[in-house]
Amino acid sequence: MKGKWKNLPIGLAFISPWLIGFVVFMAYPIIMSGYYSFCDYSVLTKPAWIGSANYVDLGHDPIFWQSLSNTAYYAFFALPLGVIVSLFLALLLNTNVRGMTVYRTIFFLPSLVPMVALAILWLWIFNGDYGLLNQILHALHIPGPQWLSSPEWSKPALVLTGIWGVGNAVVIYLAGLQDVPQPLYEAADLDGAGFWAKTWHVTLPMLSPVILFNLIMGIIGTLQIFAVPYVMFPGGSPARSTYFYTMYLYDNAFRFLKMGYACAMGWIMFFIILGLTALALKLSSRHVYYGGN
Amino acid sequence: MISIRHLYGPIAILAVVGVALYSEALTSTIQPRPDALTKAGAALFPSAVPHPEGGPGRVHVTYWEKWTDFEGDAMRRVVDEFNRSQSRIWVDLLTVSDIDEKVLVATSGGIPPDVAGLFGPNVPDYADDNAVISMDAYCGKYGIRREQYIPAFWDIGYYHKHVFALPSTPASVALHWNKTIFAKGAKRLRAAGLDPGQPPRTLEDLIRYADALTIKDENGKIIQAGFLPAEPGWWNWVWGYWYGGNLWDGSSKITANSPENIRGFEFVQSFSKKYGPQQVETFRSGFGNFSSPQNAFMSGKVAMELQGVWMYNFITKFAPELKWGVAPFPYPQNRPDLKDMTIADEDVLCIPVGARHPDEAFEFIRFVQSQHVMELLNMLQRKFTPLKKVSLEFWKNHPNPYIRLFQQLTLGKNVVATPQTGIWNEYQSELNNCFDNVSLDRATPQQALQDVQDRIQPELDRYLLRLHAREAHP
Repeated sequence: MKGKWKNLPIGLAFISPWLIGFVVFMAYPIIMSGYYSFCDYSVLTKPAWIGSANYVDLGHDPIFWQSLSNTAYYAFFALPLGVIVSLFLALLLNTNVRGMTVYRTIFFLPSLVPMVALAILWLWIFNGDYGLLNQILHALHIPGPQWLSSPEWSKPALVLTGIWGVGNAVVIYLAGLQDVPQPLYEAADLDGAGFWAKTWHVTLPMLSPVILFNLIMGIIGTLQIFAVPYVMFPGGSPARSTYFYTMYLYDNAFRFLKMGYACAMGWIMFFIILGLTALALKLSSRHVYYGGN
Repeated sequence: MISIRHLYGPIAILAVVGVALYSEALTSTIQPRPDALTKAGAALFPSAVPHPEGGPGRVHVTYWEKWTDFEGDAMRRVVDEFNRSQSRIWVDLLTVSDIDEKVLVATSGGIPPDVAGLFGPNVPDYADDNAVISMDAYCGKYGIRREQYIPAFWDIGYYHKHVFALPSTPASVALHWNKTIFAKGAKRLRAAGLDPGQPPRTLEDLIRYADALTIKDENGKIIQAGFLPAEPGWWNWVWGYWYGGNLWDGSSKITANSPENIRGFEFVQSFSKKYGPQQVETFRSGFGNFSSPQNAFMSGKVAMELQGVWMYNFITKFAPELKWGVAPFPYPQNRPDLKDMTIADEDVLCIPVGARHPDEAFEFIRFVQSQHVMELLNMLQRKFTPLKKVSLEFWKNHPNPYIRLFQQLTLGKNVVATPQTGIWNEYQSELNNCFDNVSLDRATPQQALQDVQDRIQPELDRYLLRLHAREAHP
């Protein structure tokens, strides 16, 4: 036993840079944000304990519900669309075509564009008067909507923007596809399976853990959407149709100086994500195939 | 097997670095800035580093300001003059974006700058939270008084009977009109019984001018607008004021749903009802950024616009050929008492709580308040001075031909400023949402303003309760 713990100080010393960073920059702020969520705290004054008042107030705050509803709308459409598009692209990019590495690079490149630059780019594309998208729709004799100034079209515009960043998910799917054992495809070939049969009965089951991973990361990412709408739609305009949860949280923390209220929002979002992740894991347990099982 | 002896090397390096930083920190408390962090910043961001001069023995005052470009250069020149004018204090000017949020975080962390160049509407927030110090004693000591200033600008920094901020650069707004568009539309204006050589004087006239100068193509698409309340969209809260309204009673009652405010937002909605919200939005989507030649007013897409004293700088830069004029914003025909109304706003200088050198910080602020420095700063920024006393040379040399008008408007009785309450940001956010709903014709002004009233009155009640609780248990 003594020998087992002998190396503990050295081990701790080696991980101390991470350990100190974690305690100072992660653990302490997380714990304090939990405490502040029960306080009247403006950042500049001492926190005053007010019990569950922040949580009760949030329950009666129509903007809280509106921002939550906007976020749920975005996640509901952006998440499946992102999974389908990235999976589809990964399947295409996994075929044996000449110059495939170039195609893979091309599809990955957009995900390297910084968020603010991405937002500015899409502002031009979605411009109702001279934007590229409406010009294409016009050429097809389809009247293009006011993507940026219409409350009905602003959220669909953002959902489309989200597809731009699927490159990361595509790379993960590609890695998963490379891991599918070739003998399975050979056996399927012998059984006379075509492309769709192989995809449905071999590829997707073998890829299911990767799909689940991307789904969970997608849940986390879409529910925390911030930078792109913050730049594209200042203040959640038009008429708060793009006022997302994290934007309201940010405003409460730094513009309205209600840090306690913002911390309560942060914890509610944490539990929503935790719940959805647990739900995804539970629902997927029957459908996800891990090779060793 | 790694023994503890193998760690001696790294531990020794860490110890040396730690001791060096600690001794640096100790030194900086004795002989303050530039401290260890500033020096680290120098290595990373050389352009952001203050002047290396200063010499030993000087007290270094850190000053954060929001300005860049020629506005930043103007203040840098003032700082240089101050540093040259004496040998005891050295001001380090640092340009900081999102300054209100960064000062907030730095102050809460106990490392604020000595002088913060905040926005006027920040004052109540920061004062309520004890984030800026009262300058009463300093003002008393140095004889800085309200009588020396245009009252509207002194009052922005004066909150709950204390001076928390003093002005740096003031601003006011007025109607800007494009003389070329008026001349081109002379026939239509005359047909409507209007004078193409004059801007509108009343709000009723403004509507008639706007109608005459709005042009649509054969498909009904707007290609030129006379006036749009949503352009530039920076003062969405102000519309009730033009009709004699107010946003609160100055203490505890929100008056968003007053008849005057409803009238103001009816004025806003009248444009979208007339031209169609979809049409207006399509037209507006063709505008470029404010600071670009594609700006709606400078590119001749909108004939009249509510704009501030700064507009001269942008016209000179992006549309020097533009023929333009400035006039007081129109008033309701039946309310001549509301004539010559303007919005007054300003940038202010504050001393955050926790500043290391408040006395020296005020020395600098006092320097900025002197007549010749105010004139230098505001001449370089092409604004007017917040002081009552102005030299003839200032007026004579000022390049903006309408500068006197902007100043005179602030001396009148109809000067509007943002309400001095700590919930202003929230209130403004609600009013912006109300403006959207009204201008997109999604709600009647009455409904939209009632929503604002129902949301903000409880917010104010809660805020005041919190303030009382803090006062009772400081």
